[in-house]
This record gives sequence, structure tokens and C-alpha cells, in this order.
Amino acid sequence: MNRAIADALAAAPERGVQEDVMVLNMGPSHPAMHGTVRMVLTLDGETVIKCDPEIGYLHRGFEKQCENATWSQVFPYTDRLNYCSPLLNNFGYALAVEKMLGIKATDRCNYIRTILGEMARLADHFTSLGAGALELGAMSAFLYAVEARDHIWDLVEEVTGARLTVSFARIGGLKEDLPANFAERWEATEPRLWDVIKKLDQLSTKNRIFMDRMMNTGVIGADEAVSLGFTGPVLRSTGVAYDIRKDSPYFAYDRVDFEVPVGTNGDNFDRYLVRLEEMKQSISIIRQCLKGLPGGPLNVDDPHIMLPPKELVYNSIEGMINHFKLIFEGIQVPAGEVYSYTEAANGELGFYIVSNGTGKPYKLRVRPPCFYFMGGIDRMIEGGMLSDIIPTFDTINMIGGEVDR
Amino acid sequence: MSRAALDSLVAAFPQHILETTDRLGDEVAIVAPAGLLEIATWLRDTPAMAFNMLSDVTAVDYLARNPRFEVVYQLYSVSKKHRLRLRVPVGAETPSVPSVTGVWLSANWAEREVWDMYGIRFEGHPDLRRVLMYEEFEGHPLRKDYPMQQSQPRMDLRRKERDAVEEYKTLYVDKLAQARKAEP
Repeated sequence: MNRAIADALAAAPERGVQEDVMVLNMGPSHPAMHGTVRMVLTLDGETVIKCDPEIGYLHRGFEKQCENATWSQVFPYTDRLNYCSPLLNNFGYALAVEKMLGIKATDRCNYIRTILGEMARLADHFTSLGAGALELGAMSAFLYAVEARDHIWDLVEEVTGARLTVSFARIGGLKEDLPANFAERWEATEPRLWDVIKKLDQLSTKNRIFMDRMMNTGVIGADEAVSLGFTGPVLRSTGVAYDIRKDSPYFAYDRVDFEVPVGTNGDNFDRYLVRLEEMKQSISIIRQCLKGLPGGPLNVDDPHIMLPPKELVYNSIEGMINHFKLIFEGIQVPAGEVYSYTEAANGELGFYIVSNGTGKPYKLRVRPPCFYFMGGIDRMIEGGMLSDIIPTFDTINMIGGEVDR
Repeated sequence: MSRAALDSLVAAFPQHILETTDRLGDEVAIVAPAGLLEIATWLRDTPAMAFNMLSDVTAVDYLARNPRFEVVYQLYSVSKKHRLRLRVPVGAETPSVPSVTGVWLSANWAEREVWDMYGIRFEGHPDLRRVLMYEEFEGHPLRKDYPMQQSQPRMDLRRKERDAVEEYKTLYVDKLAQARKAEP
């Protein structure tokens, strides 16, 4: 696109006051760049001719650290990938290792993972929509959204003991079961979430300013988006109904009824609408799962994988040895490689794992959805106005922890 | 992806496919570097395959093995809903594979990351720069012989930032000036 614009500019030399182009560094210390991205922009007036996103400011060597940790020690690192929905990363990683081990989580575990995963998705979408509205100047929409996210985090805290760095999943199960009153707590929270979704809708969807900023900005076509590796709400906004929860169901997604909302234009407004609709679907999924929540054991019954209960560890030598070996040597995962994928809040979260048969991963690659958004964002920005960068960057919902790892 | 589709890939390129497996439900083809580009284009354009999305590119460093590296491509077909993994073995001496940026756009940044982390070059890549690390970084951190606690030399202050301005000027501004000069 940029070449075409430059040619057009070259063909018409009388271009007004500002004759030369300007190179502008947007970020990394820019409130709209979330503190972790720099965009080197070439501007002609207010039109962006060239955009070169630069990432890596939050690089912590996730993969290198994982190669030096046991399989279970990776969980805390995955919390810090997409820190808006850490539970989804936890479960995605657990699923990958389970695939490698050739085990299936229990029914109850799958249902609880679905419930908590959808709660994390809700929190992520609330953050994304709220922050997006804030950066367009809609302060009240942001406050409502963050309030709703806080309700979800209260529930998450009740279940996992932490609001953000949850590390709740285990290979083959979960840290513990849902608290006894979880269903009642959810009953009390749900109407408040509906209330906020309605308020967000009323505040933004038909707001003239919001519509003008969002409609027909940051447009991407379906074929281009697929080729760029876009997934999640960004791809669905272009009309491609690719949702891993539907296309290759995992956890309990094949046992619940839900729709995959798609857009038509692939612009910022469609991405906003897709996220708004997905939140409604998530609430419905949680309702269905709580209704059909099966009993039975939570974790797989295999002493090679699950830690023994604490009473056995402290009172029997076998339990002690079992615990010691699992902690110090790690779970022994057979040699081989898998690619496992789940639908995280932003799209396909893949884990490509290579094991050499020891207690530590030989290679652990995470395929972050946002990395590919950043690789293609220049196509959505170039040719548009400088101010369109803000809503575009918001609706792709780039998360630094995931992009930079 | 079914086993049948993998078999038709082998039938189409018997000389380039070194091995195939379908362990744990993941169909994998090990491809010789020389045939990668041809196979990638074929996989994308053949209607029965229709792999229109390159989900991910990464590499694995098998330090003791020969060839040492393996570049791994995860493919997905949005219409057929099937997956395939290509693994391309690469030797340790000046490791390089042909770039698939011309086949899938997502390869652009993914290959940049593999270059950054493993030092594997992608021939024909339009813009092979580091993506997570800075330009002056020495070594490639995900190689197995890069120590966990390795420190980096202190680098000089940069005289100037990356050449976005220069690049822009040569590409567009000079053209603009020429167009102006041509005006009577």
C-alpha cells in the first residue's frame, strides 16, 4: 500500500504546506503503546505512509527459562504470557503436556477448565474493550468495564487464591476443586456482568464519536488476514469463522452450545462487535457448564503425574519419595513432539513441545496470537491517519507479555 | 489432516520427503530444504490441501545431532480444517533455508524470530532483521550452546537510530524530488 501512496504523492508535487515527510517514534513510552512497543512511523502530514513496529522491550527469555525448568515449573511462566487471561495460558500448556503424555483430563476437570477459561476470556475482553474506549476518550466505559473485570477477578481469587498470577492448572488436572459456593457466587455475579455489557453497548455502539473513530479504520481483508496468520476475534471480524473451540473442540466445548460471531468488514468496529458478542456467548457457556457440571474425580489417578496428597507425603515414606521425585526430577514425559492449540482470548495459542524423555522440556515454543498481529499491523495502519493507530492497536489487543515472551 | 492427504504429499514429491509420521494425531512430513519452496506452494495452491495459513515457524537445536537444526512449520487450512507440520533439517555450517515469505505473509516475522533466536538464515527474505533482540546482540540466545547466564558486552551509544529516514528518502523522497525536477 505504501508504495502506491508514495507514487501518488510523487505524481502530484503541489501538496500544501508540509512538503517533507516526518519520521515519528511512537513509543515505547507512549500511553497508547502499552509501554512495550515502538512504532517508527513515516508521516506525510497526518497520513501514515510507513509503519515499522518494533517489539522486544518485554523479552524475558520465556523459552530459554522453560528449557531449564521442570514441566510443572513452567506454569508460573505461562501466567505471564497473556497477563489479561492467565488461566487460558495455564490450561493451554497443561493440555499440550497431556497430549504429549497421552492422557485425558477427567470430565469434571474439563468442565471446570471450560468455566474458568471462559471467565478469563470475559476478563480479557472487558479489559480490551474498556481500555480501547478509554484511549478514544470514553472514560466511563472504561470504569464500568474494569469494575466488571474486578467482579470476575474476585471469583478467580476465590477459586485460585490469586487474581493475576494464578498458576492454577496442573498437568493432568487442577490445583483444587471449585469452592462449594461457587455456583451461588456466579449467580450473584452474572447479572452484574450483563449489566455492564449492556452499559458498554449503550455507551459505545451507537455513539457517534466512537463509530466515526472505529468504522472503516484498520481494515484488513479475509485472505490477507489468513495469510498473515491472524486468528481469534481479529480474523473473525473479517468473516472467517475460525474458532478452535468449534473446529477442533477440547475441554467441554463439544458439549456446550454456543455461536461463533463473525464480522463482515474487518474493521475496528467489527472487532469491537465480535468481542462484545463473544462475551455474551462466554456467559452462556459458563451457565451451561455449571448446570451440567459432572461429579467424579478432579485429577487423573496416576502417581507418575499427580502429586500425592499432603497427608501421605508427611506420614508415609512412599508418599514422601513420590513427592520428592516429582518435584526434583519432574514428570517424566516420553520423548517426542506435539503441537497443541487452544483458543485463547486473542486467538490461537499454540504450544510446540519437544521432549527428550526427561523431566524438563527440550524445547517449548509458544505460538502467541499477538505476535502475528504485530507482524501484520503495518498493513492495517499504512494509508490511514495517525489517529487511527490508537483504535487499531486497541482492537488487536496486543499484550506485551505474549508478544515479547 | 488425514493420513491419506499426507500420502498424496509423498506421492507428489517422493524425492523431497525424507520421512512421515502421524504420532499422537499430528501429521508430520520431514522435507529436504531444496524442495521446501515447491512443496509449500503446492500445499497452498492444491485444492485438496488448501493450507492457506502458516500458523507458526520455529526451530529446534539438536546440538549433538547431524544435521544440527530443524526448522518447523505448522500449517493449517481454514477451509479444510486440517493441519500439517513440516520439519526441515538444516546443517550447523552457515545454516540456511529458503524463505516462504512469498507463499505465506506470516512467515515474515516468524522467520525473523527464528533468525534472531537460532541464527538460521532465510534465503530470499525481504527484511531479515532481529525482531526481539537488539541489533548489537551477540549470538543467538535459544541455541543450546548459548549459556543461560551469558552476559552481553556493553555497546556504544548509537550514533543514529535505525535508518528509517534514510531508507524512506531513498525509496520515496528522491523519487518525489525527481518528479518535481521534471516539472517545467
